[in-house]
Amino acid sequence: MRHHLILRVVTKFLAGTIMLFALYVQFHGDYSPGGGFQAGVIMAVAFILYGIVFSVEHVQRVFPPWLVHKLVAVGVLLYAGTGVYSLFAGYAYLDYTALSPQHPEHGQHYGILLVEAGVGITVTAVMVAIYYAFVGRSPLISDEEW
Amino acid sequence: MTVLTFVDLTLFVMMVITALAVVRTRSLFATAMLSGVFSLLSALLFITLDAVDVAFTEAAVGAGISTVLLLGTLALTSRYERPNAHSPALPLLVVVVTGAVLVYGTLDMPSFGDPTAPVLTHVAPDYLQRSPHEIGVPNVVTAILASYRGYDTLGETAVVFVAGIGVLALLSGLRRRRRKDEGEDA
Repeated sequence: MRHHLILRVVTKFLAGTIMLFALYVQFHGDYSPGGGFQAGVIMAVAFILYGIVFSVEHVQRVFPPWLVHKLVAVGVLLYAGTGVYSLFAGYAYLDYTALSPQHPEHGQHYGILLVEAGVGITVTAVMVAIYYAFVGRSPLISDEEW
Repeated sequence: MTVLTFVDLTLFVMMVITALAVVRTRSLFATAMLSGVFSLLSALLFITLDAVDVAFTEAAVGAGISTVLLLGTLALTSRYERPNAHSPALPLLVVVVTGAVLVYGTLDMPSFGDPTAPVLTHVAPDYLQRSPHEIGVPNVVTAILASYRGYDTLGETAVVFVAGIGVLALLSGLRRRRRKDEGEDA
């Protein structure tokens, strides 16, 4: 889409805004609708939009496939690791009291934050990885073919 | 008729029109776009039901990512649906029978907004009462999702993980790498 000037300018402006919104949805999920799943998808959309309007090579320079593939697992490990940590601290699996034994309520906040971050990372990485997998199969079709 | 019923009816009618358009049209590009429209309409329907979190997910996943993935698939295949070779009588019969069974199933369900519905008398009031002082998070959906039902969400994340791995194994360059290895062996 090399000749779509308006699309390119708007995308440059939008990609950052979308990421900011994703972070808001991620970390404000305790207070408003949203959470890891939605934030992950929105974050992935920022990369996919950039990839569609510019090119996959451009977006892969920012977010290389090897990093995406690692992050797919990092999110799940962060989630499961939170549970393992509470096991070692002497509580039940995924009992967030372990994160702050003096203030169980604070522990819940930390736990939810960590777990939602894990969900967000995995969802972002999986969506971007699926997009890369689809786009990497064949050269993109030209505008005239639509 | 209240405003809300009017909004609900409008949304349902628009969804039915979109669904019919998806069935009728031959252009797969239009189908992908219309399915995004369908998701957006159902997200609006969830908002009128006060399920904002679900609406958010539907709008982001259904209307956003699914459409992009459908378009990505479209780039790998043809852009027009082939005309149907066999008669639509049998599929139509199956759809009508399934639909009738589903409608029959809803007859036993509690009516919309019924305060004595099982879902509202079982664990829901318990969560609503306990979460302000146990979790202290204003959004009860997040409290239930990440804390009370932490195992479920871990399972869901694992499902997303496995789905991603599956797509990577099927579509990405893993096969190419193996062929290269075989070439080195030979």
